[in-house]
Amino acid sequence: MKLDSKTPSGPIEQRWTKHKFDLKLVNPANKRKYRVLVVGTGLAGSSAAASLAELGYQVDAFCFQDSPRRAHSIAAQGGINAAKNYRNDGDSVFRLFYDTVKGGEWRARESNVYRLAEVSVNIIDQCVAQGVPFAREYGGLLDNRSFGGAQVSRTFYAQGQTGQQLLIGAYQALSRQVGLGAVKLHARHEMLELVVIDGRARGIITRDLVTGKIESHVADAVVLASGGYGNVFYLSTNAKGCNVTATYRAYRKGAGFGNPCYTQIHPTCIPVSGDYQSKLTLMSESLRNDGRVWVPKAKGDARAPAQIPDAERDYILERKYPSYGNLAPRDVSSRAAKEACDAGKGVGPGGRGVYLDFADAIKRLGPNKIGERYGNLFSMYQTITGDSPYEKPMRIYPAVHYTMGGLWVDYNLESTIPGLFVIGEANFSDHGANRLGASALMQGLADGYFVLPYTLGNYLATAKAPKVDESHPEFKKAADESTAKLKKLLGIKGKRTVDSFHRELGLLMWEKCGMARNAKGLNELIQQIPALREEFWKNLNVPGSDGNLNLALEKAGRVADFMEFAELMARDALDRDESCGGHFREEHQDEEGECVRNDDKYMNVSVWEYAGDGQAPKKNVEPLSFEYVHPAKRSYK
Amino acid sequence: MNLKLHVWRQSGPNDAGAMKEYVAKNVNPHMSFLEMLDVVNEELQSKGEEAIAFDHDCREGICGMCSMVINGLPHGGHRGVTTCQLHMRHFNDGDEIWIEPWRAKAFPVIKDLVVDRSAFDRIIQKGGFVSVNTGGAPDANALPIPKKEADQAFEAAACIGCGACVAACKNGSAMLFVGAKASHLGHTPQGDVERFDRARAMTMQMDAEGFGTCSNLSQCEAVCPKTISVKVIAELNRDLLKAQFKGK
Ligand SMILES: Cc1cc2nc3c(=O)[nH]c(=O)nc-3n(C[C@H](O)[C@H](O)[C@H](O)COP(=O)(O)OP(=O)(O)OC[C@H]3O[C@@H](n4cnc5c(N)ncnc54)[C@H](O)[C@@H]3O)c2cc1C
Ligand code: FES
Repeated sequence: MKLDSKTPSGPIEQRWTKHKFDLKLVNPANKRKYRVLVVGTGLAGSSAAASLAELGYQVDAFCFQDSPRRAHSIAAQGGINAAKNYRNDGDSVFRLFYDTVKGGEWRARESNVYRLAEVSVNIIDQCVAQGVPFAREYGGLLDNRSFGGAQVSRTFYAQGQTGQQLLIGAYQALSRQVGLGAVKLHARHEMLELVVIDGRARGIITRDLVTGKIESHVADAVVLASGGYGNVFYLSTNAKGCNVTATYRAYRKGAGFGNPCYTQIHPTCIPVSGDYQSKLTLMSESLRNDGRVWVPKAKGDARAPAQIPDAERDYILERKYPSYGNLAPRDVSSRAAKEACDAGKGVGPGGRGVYLDFADAIKRLGPNKIGERYGNLFSMYQTITGDSPYEKPMRIYPAVHYTMGGLWVDYNLESTIPGLFVIGEANFSDHGANRLGASALMQGLADGYFVLPYTLGNYLATAKAPKVDESHPEFKKAADESTAKLKKLLGIKGKRTVDSFHRELGLLMWEKCGMARNAKGLNELIQQIPALREEFWKNLNVPGSDGNLNLALEKAGRVADFMEFAELMARDALDRDESCGGHFREEHQDEEGECVRNDDKYMNVSVWEYAGDGQAPKKNVEPLSFEYVHPAKRSYK
Repeated sequence: MNLKLHVWRQSGPNDAGAMKEYVAKNVNPHMSFLEMLDVVNEELQSKGEEAIAFDHDCREGICGMCSMVINGLPHGGHRGVTTCQLHMRHFNDGDEIWIEPWRAKAFPVIKDLVVDRSAFDRIIQKGGFVSVNTGGAPDANALPIPKKEADQAFEAAACIGCGACVAACKNGSAMLFVGAKASHLGHTPQGDVERFDRARAMTMQMDAEGFGTCSNLSQCEAVCPKTISVKVIAELNRDLLKAQFKGK
């Protein structure tokens, strides 16, 4: 596998401008001759599909939900970063770039991150032009809040519904193009396979989830915007449908998978309440602007929080990280919570929880101001737990939230398969080993609105691939394989439900490849996953048929891919023998429990190449170098 | 607690469908309504029966996917709550619960509790947007928007497009949904430019999809999980009237 990052040279602030100029253009009249498939309608997919259609390409957009507006991006709460420096607090493109590289522990490509920071400012302009109702101040200008890992206020927000408002903006732009006939929408369609012809991505196989029909879609380029794979852990903050199928299928067809083990565990989620639990609910990081994280100083202190005087409380983040305090980054904050609970100071049932307390902020600002900032989050918390955060501190615990890993892409967002582009959370992206809060929305929209429309054109202008159609044997083969797999799943007629397998896999992954990992556990995991997978294929029971809507069958297909992908994740986690960001190997920590990296050996991207069923995947490496943000110990003290 | 469920089962669009009885055993009050159904479904599947099909995704009350009429009311009728955010602590041991899909001409049933809501997307495709292309937008702070206007836009923009408003209306009207979009964009200066064309285009599509006329009973507002006010319908009607005067 050849890994050419295609990173431009020269001063970093000129690279994207120069690169854009060097990219080949498609003549306006020729654009409509090209068909582009966009899989996914989240922030990345909707923004890309709309922008490409506006340029004149024929676009087909796919999502498995009943409407593009329901993509998981809708659930993002807290906000989106942009280096506008509207606060006059010292922000700049360079500072956002710096914070992101450092936040990711020097495991992302500098040129990409700089570009992300550079186009961040255009995103906010674009969204406002679409009518996105961001929060405003009394003077009518845009408001900002702070997020973890930054000492400036650069996060734009719309109450606790930022993702919803940004996605509605992108969805409206997409809908406009559908109305104009420039985009063909395929909702309730799931991509099951990528079709590669003569080494290029030329289309996909989908299943119409309502009729069960297997369809072939031919194109000149394919864009995957299918989101992250946090649901490999079963319990996560992701929507129930989030899955790895689109990217994993592409991996099996030759796309390199970058850093699959990089997982983000979010510190502030509502703790697990029972074994019937189907998902975990995030409490936005923005709450840490005003909430203070604490546990009782004494082990096993079972008093009600209000009965514990201040002197007997340990404000863990303020104590450990005085300069960032409660706004320490996610990986660091999650580990601090785990450490406190491991030491027996956790609160609530099972001792797996810490307090996030708003009492001081309410005293200082009054309940109305706090309600204005976090009203919907507070009521969401109360709906789920029955407790009011106005009266009692929230009880929170870390949970799987985001995956920094994904398909490897070059500076043009193109994977190792020519003509296959990957955007949003689905790519291995700009966040290195840990993503900063409010940066995923920024990346998804940067990719879709402002990067892909340029780089995809360059591919189409230079590829000059011959026309193919659905009758090509590769389409037929892929469609037959997809049908056969569905029949196989239905035909097992074993004893266990899909969910029971998914839960078991998730638990294994959480225990051995979750917040803390070690060689012993990972080695065991690499033995346990194939055993579970074998049982899955022998003992699964999927009732119903493949000729109509069958939610269990859809799920079985996704879990089948998770069963294979989990092993790749475990292998990557074992191979990366260092701690960095969200990847915490217990063998590599200092006396204070902070990450110890090994830059000599691992200042690189691990890119995994599929080598056939039953074969260990092959590891390739893209070395990383840092000219602007010099690697150092990542400290938030 | 133990519950008796009456659930609408319909194998496909052309099947007549009927209510079927199930028992939900050992329900924990901390479960969400959908988690209670998950448990019932696990049991059905272990007996080799097909699970009760229902739409859901985020389970956080924001994607708008979940859609059930519970005891006659969309989302169960608790103020500001979607089905996925409804918790079992609101029920008592021995309760009987009736669970049905959205019922409206414009939302045909696909299977069990799953309906086709693509009509909503087609309404938005006709005009529920601001006609700007990517690129070339002026600086976001070039045009201040009074906080009051911005807040009003936000309130209407909170709509999650679930369709509870339609399911609650005896006429199956989509006026709250369409009004919310008109109000959201109408309260921003960027959206104000096309407000009359937008109002006309969206309502024409709404009629074409088979949604009924407004019943003026405000049942839509009562069940809206985002508590969107019927005043957006009044705003939409005003826009439609003005559009007529302007000969649009
Ligand atoms: C609860 C929560 C809160 C968050 N809050 C924030 C925040 O405040 N700020 C921030 O920056 N980030 C936040 N994030 C992260 C951020 O929301 C996501 O990373 C981002 O929205 C992902 O966008 P996307 O477009 O890449 O993918 P998604 O929005 O996940 O969209 C994926 C799309 O792909 C489609 N798809 C997937 N597989 C297939 C297939 N096989 N066939 C067809 N279609 C398929 C889906 O239908 C969907 O349309 C949050 C995440 C969560 C879970
Ligand atoms: S499942 Fe998303 S709103 Fe209920």
